[in-house]
Amino acid sequence: MSKKKSLMILANVAFGIIALIALFPIIALIISSFQPSSVLMRQGLSFSIDFSQLSLDNYRFIFTEADNYWTWYTNSLIISSITIVTSVFFSCMVGYALAVYEFKGKNLFFVCVLLIMMIPFEILMLPLYELMATLRLTDTYIAVVLPLVVAPVAVFFFRQYALGLPLELMDAARIDGSNEYGIFFKIMFPLMGPSLAAMAILQGLAAWNNFLWPLLVLRSNDMFTLPIGLATLLTPYGNNYDVLIAGSVLTIIPIVILFILFQKYFVAGLTSGGVKG
Amino acid sequence: MAEQAHASPKTKNNKIGAFLSSKKVVPYIFVLPFFLSFSILTLYPAINGIIMSFRQILPGVVENVGFENYARVFNLNFYDALWNTVIYVFWTTMLLTVVPMLLAIFLNSKTIKLKTIFRASLFVPALTSTIVGGMIFRLMFSESSSAIGNQLMSLIGLGPIEWRYSAITAMFLMVVLAFWRWTGVNLLYYLAALQNISESLYEQADIDGASAWDKLRLITIPHLKPITVFVSTITIINGFRMFEESFVYWEATSPGNIGLTIVGYIYQQGVGQNDLGFGAAIGVVLMIIIFIISTIYLGITGTFGKGNNK
Repeated sequence: MSKKKSLMILANVAFGIIALIALFPIIALIISSFQPSSVLMRQGLSFSIDFSQLSLDNYRFIFTEADNYWTWYTNSLIISSITIVTSVFFSCMVGYALAVYEFKGKNLFFVCVLLIMMIPFEILMLPLYELMATLRLTDTYIAVVLPLVVAPVAVFFFRQYALGLPLELMDAARIDGSNEYGIFFKIMFPLMGPSLAAMAILQGLAAWNNFLWPLLVLRSNDMFTLPIGLATLLTPYGNNYDVLIAGSVLTIIPIVILFILFQKYFVAGLTSGGVKG
Repeated sequence: MAEQAHASPKTKNNKIGAFLSSKKVVPYIFVLPFFLSFSILTLYPAINGIIMSFRQILPGVVENVGFENYARVFNLNFYDALWNTVIYVFWTTMLLTVVPMLLAIFLNSKTIKLKTIFRASLFVPALTSTIVGGMIFRLMFSESSSAIGNQLMSLIGLGPIEWRYSAITAMFLMVVLAFWRWTGVNLLYYLAALQNISESLYEQADIDGASAWDKLRLITIPHLKPITVFVSTITIINGFRMFEESFVYWEATSPGNIGLTIVGYIYQQGVGQNDLGFGAAIGVVLMIIIFIISTIYLGITGTFGKGNNK
């Protein structure tokens, strides 16, 4: 028994070390965000940290002088909010219709959903980029958001979820004289609450971290989102490391808080596509 | 709806309202946003991409060049990009299926306490963007001898390395970044699959006197096959789409193409060189490669015809 117990302790310690290794880069980033940027520039992220040198200077600088950074932050917030609202609402509508109604072409629509899930966006990006240029939409929020308005993964997810909705409620509501829109908005949409939260979080995360497409269509510095803006600071000269480091920490924090608050929705949202259905 | 065209103007609005909320029409209205976005943002670009790939597109001048773009695709830079991408796909697929699977099996057993905290700690890296994550790794593996990567090297008695400037370490940097960010996600997939395995199978095995190893080999691993196919397929496809993990270390051009990937090559040629037709041709070739590989892969793993993965 004692041998078994010591094995158990060993396994737990091993997992503790693995968890620490996974978290280590983020912890190192947070600690070094209090280091002078010149030191960081010279020696990179290091185990040997001079704790007497730690200060709030980088954060003081970013809050008082780095106007660009806050423009990017605002852009990212606006783009992510629009994406969350539109993609969750429209995808939910589509997924719901594919689940609860019988209509001609339904299977074709569903096949198209699966098809888009499988076509990598990167293959469509140049023609899309040309389309945006033709429509004179480059360098606008609309160009960034448009390809994300209906998310096929979310449609698929909502369809699976809506298949489990109590359809008796629909008939009851019809007898009470409610029309189909009323049924959706007043009864079914609220019932899909948990799945809406799961997708809102995942779509928000995807929009917040989106990189390649915004990199293509955004041209001017004051339209940049956070990832694009931060990438421009990654120069070998290190002249912007104060904003880069403290700024990176400030982009992770809202997401981590969201994750801690809504962990179960994260898990539900991620695993639904692969396991259920 | 011929009869509606003859309706008197007074009742016309009502009729349209009734028509739009009839059970036959409503589903189409609900699906309309998807139909529009599919036609404009997927179907049209897909067709246009194929057309573009046969053209030379310069500002103001567009001319058909037949297969010329495709003839140019197969050059040394493309082979570098393809080679890097294939190696990257190989390593990420190996690491991101085997490691999360093993971690999940351990984490799911009764031995491990504080499961939620372990699961959450491994998932947190997925919350960072590739840019932020990549920047951290870039600083950890900087050329300076006092950076973490080189400190570890000196710990095992080796000298400092210029991580971003040789092919092997460059690949290591990209794979490590992806591995760090995705392990927690795939772990969740495996944990969900493990929880779907019926407890009674294990109870039956206990009655039959099976050892822990037998249970793992004969019950757990076979039941994890569908999710392994799912996870590895996604990892392979994501690997072929890889761009950011390279961009964050070298931007658009890396020394000796050590960080060049196929999507990176599309970006470099299509956007950087403004050669949209050529970029589109690389895109079509990439699509064909992904299609062939996923078909072969799903064929080998026996996913077709059984309908057990979705």
